[in-house]
Amino acid sequence: MAPLSPRDCLKTILPMSEPILTLSGVHTHIGQYHILQGVDLVVPRGGLAVLLGRNGAGKTTTLRTIMGLWRASRGSIVFDGRDITRLSTPDIARAGIAYVPESMAVFSELTVRENLYLAARSGPLDAARVDWICGFFPALKKFWHTPAGNLSGGQKQMVAIARALVEPRKLLLVDEPTKGLAPAIIQSLMAAFRDLKDTSTTILLVEQNFNFVRTLGDTVAVMDDGRVVHAGLMHDLSGDEALQQRLLGLSLDAHQ
Amino acid sequence: MSATLPLAQADAPLPAARRDVAPLLLVPVVALAALPFMSLPTWITLTVAGLAMGMMIFIMASGLTLVFGLMSVLNFGHGAFVSVGAFTATLVLLPMRGWLEMDSLPANLGALGLAVLLAMLVTAILGWVFERVVIMPVYGQHLKQILVTMGGMIVSEQAINVIWGAEQIALPLPAALRGAVFLGDAAIEKYRLLAVVVGLAVFAVLFITLNRTRIGLLIRAGVENGEMVEALGYRIRRLFVGVFAAGSALAGLGGVMWGLYKETLVAHMGSEIMVLTFIVIIIGGLGSVGGCFIGSLLIALVGNYAGFLAPKVALVSNIVLMIAVLLWRPAGLYAKGRN
Repeated sequence: MAPLSPRDCLKTILPMSEPILTLSGVHTHIGQYHILQGVDLVVPRGGLAVLLGRNGAGKTTTLRTIMGLWRASRGSIVFDGRDITRLSTPDIARAGIAYVPESMAVFSELTVRENLYLAARSGPLDAARVDWICGFFPALKKFWHTPAGNLSGGQKQMVAIARALVEPRKLLLVDEPTKGLAPAIIQSLMAAFRDLKDTSTTILLVEQNFNFVRTLGDTVAVMDDGRVVHAGLMHDLSGDEALQQRLLGLSLDAHQ
Repeated sequence: MSATLPLAQADAPLPAARRDVAPLLLVPVVALAALPFMSLPTWITLTVAGLAMGMMIFIMASGLTLVFGLMSVLNFGHGAFVSVGAFTATLVLLPMRGWLEMDSLPANLGALGLAVLLAMLVTAILGWVFERVVIMPVYGQHLKQILVTMGGMIVSEQAINVIWGAEQIALPLPAALRGAVFLGDAAIEKYRLLAVVVGLAVFAVLFITLNRTRIGLLIRAGVENGEMVEALGYRIRRLFVGVFAAGSALAGLGGVMWGLYKETLVAHMGSEIMVLTFIVIIIGGLGSVGGCFIGSLLIALVGNYAGFLAPKVALVSNIVLMIAVLLWRPAGLYAKGRN
């Protein structure tokens, strides 16, 4: 019997969970470089899925390919039952995917309010929704009329995440939210993600910091050299140190 | 929903949010610095003339800086829209010569308004076609952009020669805008006052649009990070085309204003002014409308004062000013964040 692929492993583990996002054999080329080399990934609907891997493993490229910012040269991406492989980035966003890039990409000249206002495509900001978001990030209210470029790194990260939450989305892609942040801010982000898990939004979180996601994630996939090399329950990975060392040795060394 | 950030971290002191007013002060500083070297009436005349010229340059350059900021397109063909705008206006102004000769400001402005509307409409459509046909194939390729847009300008100038003839066309000022008003002993040409008013109006409209409307916020966001604007679900390509058409229409308006200022039209009038507009947007900071406004006023005022005090220096005053500004602020007066 042939060994199961990481995607099939996850399907076996989570047979009842309908996937919200499925990547099948996705290849991405950037110029002459072949970055993604057949990524198979299943993100179950609801909860928080984590994508781990060392630097250069292809995690960011995977998110950018899902968003259509880089085109998949082969394979398919199915979101909520719809093939989005060839859709444009705005169409993918309109299908219900919000994206928080690694660089945060807040619009530095615009105020916090204006950053959120632009993300609310369907009209004016919903005051109740803003209050809900400010429950996670109270500092946003204080800096409501401050240009985002004047904020600290942690505050910008709050704006970037708040921007992705300002209207209900089915899937939230977050790329290394803890990168470069102080430990106290990371703890706060962890608390915010823990609460976000209780909402109807599915979260796909890319991280290198295993300690940040080990208690947050429901499922986990590990990438290496442009492929998913492991997929399963986070509980299983966090309880198996040998597996952690084998899959994430370098990353763990870097973050412990 | 209980998670909150510890206030000690979340409310950490901000870097001081300084309003960058130094470039704003440059204009009055330059103007006042020239005052001791001339009589007050001369200074008033030169200053108003400089402001008027600066406003016209701003109208022509504002579209160019937005197009570069948002689309990263080096449009060396922008001058073509200046020429086309001016020549298109003659389709209204020459048949309505009788209205222009009437000593009635409303009649004069009515004819001018119609001419401006037609010029802006034609240049906006032409800009839309230019973006689709000439610019779109060379996005992200600056060298090719320079070549094809230069080529586009040459073709446009030759097309003007074919349609309107190679001879220059006289475009006299409307009767009510000829001559000058006097402020004490200082003579101020009426048309220059109109140019100042139109320039301020264009700046106000751009300022309000960019700061108070969703489309304006999207343009500003797109200048900084177009990719993220797309990731929020907006089609930045449509924004590109709209801005290109609007920038071309502004160039058309500038062409009408410039043509009336010169009172003669030639096909290459747009290409002649291109060097100045590029200097202005470099001084202002590529993509910055506010910087473009200040840069236009500075260039015109310094050129005017230098022309009066040391005419030979005036020939290089633009370049000297640009070098001085870039030594102070290498990315221009108001550098835009780019991604």
